[in-house]
Amino acid sequence: MSENKALGGKILTKPFIILAILAGIAGILLIKRFIFGLGAVTNLSDGYPWGMWIVYDVLVGTALGCGGYVLAILVYIFNKGKYHPLIRPAVLTSVFGYTLAGLSIFIDVGRYWQLYNIFLPWHVNLNSIMFEVAFCVATYVLVLWIEISPAFLEKFNKTKALGFMNKILFIFIAIGVLLPTMHQSTLGTLMVIAGNKLSGLWQTGWLPLLFLISSIMMGYAIVVFESLYSSIGFKRPFETPILGKLGKLMAWLGLIFIAVRFGDLIWRGQLGLLFTDGWANSTMFIIENLLFIVPMVMLFSEKNRKSTKSLFLIAVAILLAGAVYRFDAFLVGFDPGQGWHYWPSASELLITIGIVAIEIMAYLAFIKWLPILPNIKHTTS
Amino acid sequence: MSIDRRDFFKVISAGAITAATAGSVFAREKKKLAPDAIGILYDATLCIGCKLCEVGCKEYNDMPPEQTSLVDDLNVPLIWDNGDDLTAKTMNKIKLFRNGNASKKDSATDGYAFIKRACMHCVDPDCVSACPVTALDKDPVTGVVTYDAKACIGCRYCQVACPFNVPKFEWDDPFPKIVKCQMCDHVQESGGMPGCCYYCPTGASLYGKVEDLMAEAHKRIELAEGSRYDYQVKSLDDGETAQRTVQKYVNYVYGEKETGGTQYMILSAVPFHDLGLPNLPDKSAAGKSETLQHTIYKGLIAPGALLTGLLVAAYRGSKSQHESEERRS
Repeated sequence: MSENKALGGKILTKPFIILAILAGIAGILLIKRFIFGLGAVTNLSDGYPWGMWIVYDVLVGTALGCGGYVLAILVYIFNKGKYHPLIRPAVLTSVFGYTLAGLSIFIDVGRYWQLYNIFLPWHVNLNSIMFEVAFCVATYVLVLWIEISPAFLEKFNKTKALGFMNKILFIFIAIGVLLPTMHQSTLGTLMVIAGNKLSGLWQTGWLPLLFLISSIMMGYAIVVFESLYSSIGFKRPFETPILGKLGKLMAWLGLIFIAVRFGDLIWRGQLGLLFTDGWANSTMFIIENLLFIVPMVMLFSEKNRKSTKSLFLIAVAILLAGAVYRFDAFLVGFDPGQGWHYWPSASELLITIGIVAIEIMAYLAFIKWLPILPNIKHTTS
Repeated sequence: MSIDRRDFFKVISAGAITAATAGSVFAREKKKLAPDAIGILYDATLCIGCKLCEVGCKEYNDMPPEQTSLVDDLNVPLIWDNGDDLTAKTMNKIKLFRNGNASKKDSATDGYAFIKRACMHCVDPDCVSACPVTALDKDPVTGVVTYDAKACIGCRYCQVACPFNVPKFEWDDPFPKIVKCQMCDHVQESGGMPGCCYYCPTGASLYGKVEDLMAEAHKRIELAEGSRYDYQVKSLDDGETAQRTVQKYVNYVYGEKETGGTQYMILSAVPFHDLGLPNLPDKSAAGKSETLQHTIYKGLIAPGALLTGLLVAAYRGSKSQHESEERRS
């Protein structure tokens, strides 16, 4: 019947318990954060008001959560039904990626008890890039849970509700493609207002397009990475042929990204900053762009697209590329002047690790409990 | 490759066109100064570094004192300086510039000068554009940039946006607020003036209408060096003056153009860069950011069109998906 199947098996495995301990440590530190304030656990300052949580948990986290978005474009918009079995696992990562990003925002904002002001029309500022991001991300979290709801309905045999849901699901799929297109680009626009505080190597009016393209690439990469990982981890057949085809798309997107990135730098005459902007900026700029260029070049070769090992390495490189680009555009290239500096504190890192642990735990529990992963017969046919 | 490359490039080029048009219309109108906007003119040549303005600021706004250590890194006692920058407890700070043997006031070499840092009350404030919930707002009449803690969510985007690094955050408070100068707007309602101007004994901090203060600033720049001039004290219209010798001003009013103009303006005899004031373009970053955003989202036409297309595609897609599923089962 369904093309997805619950994996079954024990949920409380050894890795799961280790992850739970990591989550517990983060929980204790969070108590400290809510009693004594953000300064008690973070190295954030008036010069660097955003750090690890915003850049990793929100920016990188939601971009890693773009798998569902990207597959929805393929399956429903380009009508590539053969990718359909991959949709549910990808949407599930998106669900947790985005939900946990939402949780991180709640932890990070100072006045969390007033967060709902974002939704009150008399408070809303339509000029604010932050408003678009916050509103869009919050709505998308809701849409993602609706998109994954058929898995619950199948599990509990709610046939009638499932039939209805399947009929109207296309509305949420369409919204579910629109919203990430909007906020993944707008996340880049956030930094435009930082003006001179962001190095010319990253400050550009093209930030939204670059963020959008790289988030789509990361979405593809996470699908590749995840499906290869679950093939190995759960001893399932590899999905290399499908993944290889996805790879060619990634190559083209990578080429567009690099063309826009360097075209813009040359057009603005800012490429020289590579030699004058300090060693940290230069080094990170080179690492970032190599991480984009190398997998792109590799993906144009058919041999690599057919090799499971190469695909895995390529996917990892793309995920790193997008992550480094986000760190660069928000932290490395950001200099408020006046001698401010930032390096995340141990507590900040432990809280981020705890949040990632919760994400993985929830994913592991859900694929064992709900019909998420592709039913093998269909994927190999 | 079976992916319709044509379709794929259609989508990509649509995105590129949106972004390209956004790039080419990069010019939202500059915000204009309100006719009755009020402000402060700080004349660094008049400042004697007494810090009474800091006292006035704390008193008017009921702010706690700073508690820094009594000695610095080199074990030098800090009996005079108490904190050296704006913080969540201090909205107004006198800082010292010195060069060489620091023997001559208002000299860039072997001299020293004071500079008062506080919110610049930009004509086109980046923080107001950035704030998602209008907690930071610009008074349409006075032009004062105000803060409303009841609206604020504590996202700190204002801190990222402000080119002067003015908004401060209460990092060590479980219920933190953003702290910044609001030009004592709570006393202005009853005809009062900002605490810093009221307390300033020399008129270095001078309160008045921005237009009048700007005219006064330009007048002072034109004065002959070494001549005597009756400097207004407290406010332009207060009538109180103090006669002092005119220094050689830098021929520029800081704040006339910076980031689209500011309502807190500065005159100085030493270069503004030496005083730690940033060199900024004469347009606000908010203008760029808003132009970009409103070009992409104009009338919600682009997202609306995209959503319509997506709905049609998703409907067809999910229909054919169901059909193939039915065939399979």
